[in-house]
Amino acid sequence: MTVVIDRATGKRRGGRAPRPGPLQRLKHAYRKYWYAYAMTAPVVVVLGVLVLYPLLRGIYLTFTDATSLNSARTIGVNHIDATYEFIGLDNYADILWGPTAYDRFWSHFLWTIVWTALCVLLHYVIGLGLALLLNQKLKGRTFYRLILVLPWAVPTFVTVFGWRFMLADGGIINSMLDAVHLPSPLWLEDTFWQRTAAIMVNTWCGVPFMMVSLLGGLQSIDPVLYEAAEMDGANAWQRFRNVTLPGLQSVSSTVVLLGIIWTFNQFAIIFLLFGDTAPDAQILVTWAYQLGFGQQPRDYAQSAAYGVLLLSILIVFTSVYRRWLARNEQQLAI
Amino acid sequence: MSTTTVKTPPPVDGPPAGTAPAAKGPRRGERSRAGALTSHGILGVASLIALFPIAWLIYLSLGPDKDDYLHPGGIWGKMTFDNYTFVLQHTPFFDWLWSTLVVSLGTTVIGVLVAATTGYAVSRMRFPGYRKFMWVLLVTQMFPVAVLMVPMYEILSELQLIDNYFGLILVYCSTAVPYCAWLLKGYFDTIPFEIDEAGRVDGLSPFGTFARLILPLAKPGLAVAAFYSFITAFGEVAFASTFMLSDTKYTFAVGLQSFVSEHDAQRNLMAATAVLVAIPVSAFFYLVQKNLVTGLTAGGTKG
Repeated sequence: MTVVIDRATGKRRGGRAPRPGPLQRLKHAYRKYWYAYAMTAPVVVVLGVLVLYPLLRGIYLTFTDATSLNSARTIGVNHIDATYEFIGLDNYADILWGPTAYDRFWSHFLWTIVWTALCVLLHYVIGLGLALLLNQKLKGRTFYRLILVLPWAVPTFVTVFGWRFMLADGGIINSMLDAVHLPSPLWLEDTFWQRTAAIMVNTWCGVPFMMVSLLGGLQSIDPVLYEAAEMDGANAWQRFRNVTLPGLQSVSSTVVLLGIIWTFNQFAIIFLLFGDTAPDAQILVTWAYQLGFGQQPRDYAQSAAYGVLLLSILIVFTSVYRRWLARNEQQLAI
Repeated sequence: MSTTTVKTPPPVDGPPAGTAPAAKGPRRGERSRAGALTSHGILGVASLIALFPIAWLIYLSLGPDKDDYLHPGGIWGKMTFDNYTFVLQHTPFFDWLWSTLVVSLGTTVIGVLVAATTGYAVSRMRFPGYRKFMWVLLVTQMFPVAVLMVPMYEILSELQLIDNYFGLILVYCSTAVPYCAWLLKGYFDTIPFEIDEAGRVDGLSPFGTFARLILPLAKPGLAVAAFYSFITAFGEVAFASTFMLSDTKYTFAVGLQSFVSEHDAQRNLMAATAVLVAIPVSAFFYLVQKNLVTGLTAGGTKG
């Protein structure tokens, strides 16, 4: 019956003496673990009903040609039944190697990868730099810290509107660029500048989280290590390479993974910054939304197929990432 | 830190007199004056960048005309709170406030209530299926909006829950519940196991231990989980703008967009509303910010 605090036993599974019959084992497991199962039951039920069931239904939809024209709908008092049909893997084939696959999927896919990589890199580098600065004995560092957290404190949808005012043609950013005789790009209209603007805004929003997390990590590094390194004659760079970075490893690997997942799925910034005015600056998530809800007729099947593809990409990536961490004997902090 | 934005002045005088008896060069943690100035310079510029968009939004919200954001200089002479009074009196501001609060608080309460025992179970017990369960919790964190949106829309319209607060709460629970469970596990991990052992020795069941000993200790963790799910629901855009149809049921994230339609762009009102929304949330955020990160990276920062 003692299930509480048996963290160690989870690891040595198997290797026990002859296994008892299945019924016996079931009874045993029930007696031993029913507390655990009872306690996790609420979440399991919620996940089953709110996540698994819709997910399975979504996956089924991807094998059909469902659009808003042939789905079940109610117009006034008339209820029209769904008339969409099962078409197998056609949606996936069309998305991945159909006639315009490059324009629709692969170009957005490439941009999504570039977007994720650049954003997370910027988040991490700027966040780490600021965290290192804030970790010194410096007058007013609490004050700096409070201000630097601000972008995180303000809801994203508010800040994006603020940025839209600033980036508008004739807004403050272009006025300032004009004043110093620099060219003033069309931030919200030209594809390249739209992408730049999106990265800028997302970097602005994402740095505080990285900074605060890494600052937490820095503060948990034992100062004795630095003293020892200094005794051994390590210079600042060597201390950073050999004490700071290894000390941050588990926090870093966690926040980078979270950052990648969040940026890859970042919906609000691009959606609110451009609406549907920027077909080429859409990342896969916002593109999938456009297909499913931002056009007429709504293409439910393809939108769902994009969703499934996106999720698969992330799951594969996360598995590889975790395996890679495990090989380097690192652990996620979560 | 290669981007130094402030020119470092030549070192002026020696170390401040009167403190350390013998000057033996800067010790660790005490930077030279130039170094400190550089740090201040970088941090100052970064703070300015962090602050500016918000300050600018507040400034623009004081301009009475809807195109003032293009001639910000003009606002200086005619600053007024008219936008605020107009927003509070003549727009559905309070409807939006109500919807946002109903949806966010509903999500928070359900999320935390459902997730609490689970967080405890996965923190303390190892049961068959544990690893798979944790993996499922992690995977649900990476669901892109697109993956559940279509099926959720179908299901909710069958249940007549489109344009309904409860429907939106259900949708948000699909992310809030695993999120809270995950966060709470991290927090429960930081509570010493000896407390559980003591409880068990005194004859409490696991439920008793959880309810009587751990829950009271975990209040800060519960608060963090609650705050996170509140903020997530508060700021969500995609589902809210698709599943809420009548403009009195919009949440702020959607309502704010409605100021800019094809016909008319009332950007001054939009700015004022944005400020009204942002200020209480940010204020609250500052109250709890110290606890936020420990919630997410609890295991890692313990060292």
